[in-house]
Amino acid sequence: MSDALIFDAVRTPRGRGSQRGSLASLTSVDISAQMIDALIHRNHLPGHDIEDVIWGNATQIGEQGGCLARAVVLMSELDDAVPGLTINRFCASGLEAVNLAAGQIHAGEKTGYIAGGVEMMSRVTMGSDGAAMAVDPRIAMKMAFVPQGISADLIATEYGFSREDCDRYACQSQQRAARAWTEDRFKHSIVAVHDINHREVLAQDEHLRPETDMAVLAELKPSFADMGEGMPGFDKVALLKYPHLEAIEHVHHPGNSSGIVDGAAAILIGNEEFGAPLELRPKARVLSMAKVGSEPTIMLTGPIAATRLALKRANLEISDIDLFEVNEAFAAIPLLFMHEFGVDDEKVNVNGGAISLGHPLGATGAILLSSAVEELERADLSTALVTLCVGGGMGVATVIERV
Amino acid sequence: MSDFHYQKEADGIAVISWDVAGARINTMTRESLRELASHFDSAFSDGKVRGVVLTSAKKDFSGGMALDTFHQIRGQEPTEEADALFAHIMEFHQIIRRIEWAGRELKSGRSGKPVIAALPGTAVGIGYEIPLACHRIIAAKNPKARIGLPEIKVGLFPAAGGTARLIRRLGIEGAAPLMLKGTLLSPEKALAANLIDAVAEPDELIEKAKEWALGAEPEDIVKPWDRKGYRMPGGTPYSSKGYLSFMGACAMVSGNTSGVYPAVNAMMSAIYEGAQVPFDTALKVEARWFSKLLMEASSLNMLQTLFLDTKALEKGARRPATIKKSELKKIGVVGAGMMGSGIALVSAQAGLEVVLIDQDLNAASRGKGKIEKLLAAQVKRRRVAESETRHILERIKPSQEYETLSGADFVIEAVYENPALKGEVLARIDRSVDCMIASNTSTLPISDLAKSCQTPSTFLGVHFFSPVDRMRLVEIIRGKETDDAAVALAIDFVSRIQKTPIVVNDARFFYANRCVIPYLNEGIRMVGEGVRPPLIENVARQCGMPVGPLQLVDETSIELAVSIAKATKSALGADYGHNDADEVIFKLASLGRLGRKSKAGFFEYSETGHRLRLWHGLGVYFPEATPQPNAEKVRNRLLMIQALEAVRALEEGVLTDVREGNVGAILGWGFAPWSGGPFGWLDGLIANQSVLSLCDDLSRQFGERFVAPKLLVDKATRREKFSVH
Repeated sequence: MSDALIFDAVRTPRGRGSQRGSLASLTSVDISAQMIDALIHRNHLPGHDIEDVIWGNATQIGEQGGCLARAVVLMSELDDAVPGLTINRFCASGLEAVNLAAGQIHAGEKTGYIAGGVEMMSRVTMGSDGAAMAVDPRIAMKMAFVPQGISADLIATEYGFSREDCDRYACQSQQRAARAWTEDRFKHSIVAVHDINHREVLAQDEHLRPETDMAVLAELKPSFADMGEGMPGFDKVALLKYPHLEAIEHVHHPGNSSGIVDGAAAILIGNEEFGAPLELRPKARVLSMAKVGSEPTIMLTGPIAATRLALKRANLEISDIDLFEVNEAFAAIPLLFMHEFGVDDEKVNVNGGAISLGHPLGATGAILLSSAVEELERADLSTALVTLCVGGGMGVATVIERV
Repeated sequence: MSDFHYQKEADGIAVISWDVAGARINTMTRESLRELASHFDSAFSDGKVRGVVLTSAKKDFSGGMALDTFHQIRGQEPTEEADALFAHIMEFHQIIRRIEWAGRELKSGRSGKPVIAALPGTAVGIGYEIPLACHRIIAAKNPKARIGLPEIKVGLFPAAGGTARLIRRLGIEGAAPLMLKGTLLSPEKALAANLIDAVAEPDELIEKAKEWALGAEPEDIVKPWDRKGYRMPGGTPYSSKGYLSFMGACAMVSGNTSGVYPAVNAMMSAIYEGAQVPFDTALKVEARWFSKLLMEASSLNMLQTLFLDTKALEKGARRPATIKKSELKKIGVVGAGMMGSGIALVSAQAGLEVVLIDQDLNAASRGKGKIEKLLAAQVKRRRVAESETRHILERIKPSQEYETLSGADFVIEAVYENPALKGEVLARIDRSVDCMIASNTSTLPISDLAKSCQTPSTFLGVHFFSPVDRMRLVEIIRGKETDDAAVALAIDFVSRIQKTPIVVNDARFFYANRCVIPYLNEGIRMVGEGVRPPLIENVARQCGMPVGPLQLVDETSIELAVSIAKATKSALGADYGHNDADEVIFKLASLGRLGRKSKAGFFEYSETGHRLRLWHGLGVYFPEATPQPNAEKVRNRLLMIQALEAVRALEEGVLTDVREGNVGAILGWGFAPWSGGPFGWLDGLIANQSVLSLCDDLSRQFGERFVAPKLLVDKATRREKFSVH
């Protein structure tokens, strides 16, 4: 088996996911192509020598529909001979794209891939592509479908994470993100986005609010109480599966949940035979990967089983991992992760995460991986594990090792 | 035999009048529908016919399908059941579709003929689905008429094009709630809700219908969904608006039904899938889901119990046949408390003269005051017209004089549940009248109370459920010496007040309470065992019980539970045995937590008595056990304990008819209606051969009360159902 080596990782700054956001005037294809072109320029890649572009996206409709990856290739400086594949594993699509590439690299041939993802949440509304699992009675009523926010609140209730726990976690995410920017910890991976006239549009993440404190967060109204307790009453649906709970505590709000943002990320990954002739220096190697299905009503516990499986496949213990990126879809998810594995808070999401910086669904997996690669180098650490919870009850994890 | 009259009139309108011979109301069968098709074919092929009016010669249009035909449909060709059922339903669709197209042909460009449904009165089920396929629906302004699709209430869904047409007429958001609740509307309200197109004075109905048919334009006789570019109002499940509302609908329905009603799920799928395809494909989808529903073992249990058996009992299936039906005019109610006033009210609403007696005129008048409040609430809910209330109240005469009972056809004693007081009151009634006498009691043996009457043969029990004006069931208890005439009169009375009678023999707690008490106790026992209280309450409601056992104990009061436990213990003596539930209720009672009335029980309550949450102290006195049972185990315990008690009641002869056991359970204490009653539920377990092993498991783990009674063992061994259908 040949090693899957990460040669480079880039990402856009994350723009606020509304019309006031800095990236909102650019298309999904455009910012994706800019990341691919950045990889080409930084690594002096010939435009034809890429096996495939695998692109994650969670809302494949409109400009993000119709095999987005191929559109990205055609807009980028890559040769037309490079194909494109768009995939959807919801929030983990960007990581799954990398894992798919890694799996194919493991199979042997001399080969290199560009894998990553994009989500322009300001332009293509989350959920606007429809989903049978939410509305087809044969699924929705059978699996007891509830929206993710209800699931996150269900996790908090089931595991006893209070509103204060979640808010405290959110404040810390903000502080860590602010520190990362102050100390320029994203300098290798961040690539400024430009418009067609080469004017800079955005060079810094713009979702974060470093001034956030407990008092500010305490003011915020829970986001999912109305749909849970009032109409249409999702709490009752969740209790069908969790009847030992009397009620669901609605602890999540915009301040301790992931931010809606625009963004893209791209990873250059290949084997030794691909990198050597181009004189590419590998930064990290993929040790193992896993994807799992998990109970779909509570939905967001997948990272637990995915992590266990990825560790087992890498023949590692949880204590062997130096650094964790656990997607902050909601505060309860990293809290659950630390609770289940007993890992030190100082190793988890050390430079902030989706709560402070935002969660461009299809891109986040690749963003987290880029952050992990950069932090391993910066802090001189060896191993990192990246994991994300996924809609519909799934989880994806990847373990990497610095080379 | 002909179910329709066909009349071609001078103005060129063919009038098809539905008139099933010998029936009070028209119901539909496959044969009737074929006949109807032939009349329409005649009209469409007759060059002189310019339009068709479909109406009824009876005061109502139709009560829907003849529901007893479903068992036949299902039983016809068991080997190719799915094919046969699908073909059967598709034949209905094809016939109704032919009416809808009305002779129109696309190829030749031949236009169709206007078809208008003229509804003189009630039109429900297929009796409204056929009008939905007509080009226009006009209804008489008949305040008694009801229009809509109530199929869901008996465990079915509208499958003669009902889902396909109503969602296309009203949009999913408008149509789905009507079909999910089985809402029926008066003609005025049906017009406002766009279920029909026009109303007319009753004597102008046919004339107005003809007028429309004669003036109809070509575009009037093509249904919207048969026009080019038709779009469903409000959008399909994947339009931006439809998506969110359908997601909400799935959640609401799941939350309300816990997924235990197969008809609800089947209808939701028929709507969801049918909304995304052209009309004729939607009919196919609807037929497929309806076939599947009819093939599910449990699907007809609800229909059997809630419709066929209930109707049979209401029509006097258990009435001693040789006794002449009595026409009641005047009744007496003694005891003007909550139950007595309720009984007086429902009797007066049925047109009976009522004497309402209490110990003094003040107390009796207070009873009438309660009745006025109940009536006002009914007016508010629009169940009674305000103009009627005066007449109803005039029929109720409060009094303290037993002499005013004279001339009564039936007297019901409804004083407090105290044997001495009841005995005294019954003796006074007995001295004042020579008609049949009944005691409304929920706990006292009838044969004991009978001793207060000179002729015990004319005495029996009638057990009303609270609140009397809302609960449909009345348990009639036959004492040891009660004769047939008394039972017949009691049934006549219950029918007169439009409630559903079951007749049971005299034994402790009769039938309903006998089965409810073990349900409460099982819930209480689990608390004692350390099962998490929310698990008990949630699972109870999720398996279809209207109220969890702990909430029900709080409502009926923990004090009452304590006194019942003590009374039962003293009655049974050494046979009583140890009961884990007692420890829990004695503990709560000792802490002053007496239930809702003391604003503290298994639940916590606000100052105003509003139920807030389960009391956290339960976990202190009865620490949480590990591991916790799974939901299925809790569900099996809660349902089985009731069902086994029902079997014992049957075995001991307290219950003598399985239909009464099922109907009484659902109407009396709300036993999981989807199951068709405790015997319906057991029949399902007998069919899949799991009942005895389930009882074995439960009795090994939780005690002898789960040992299957001999009757159940025999039935299960022979794989024989309790129900006769």
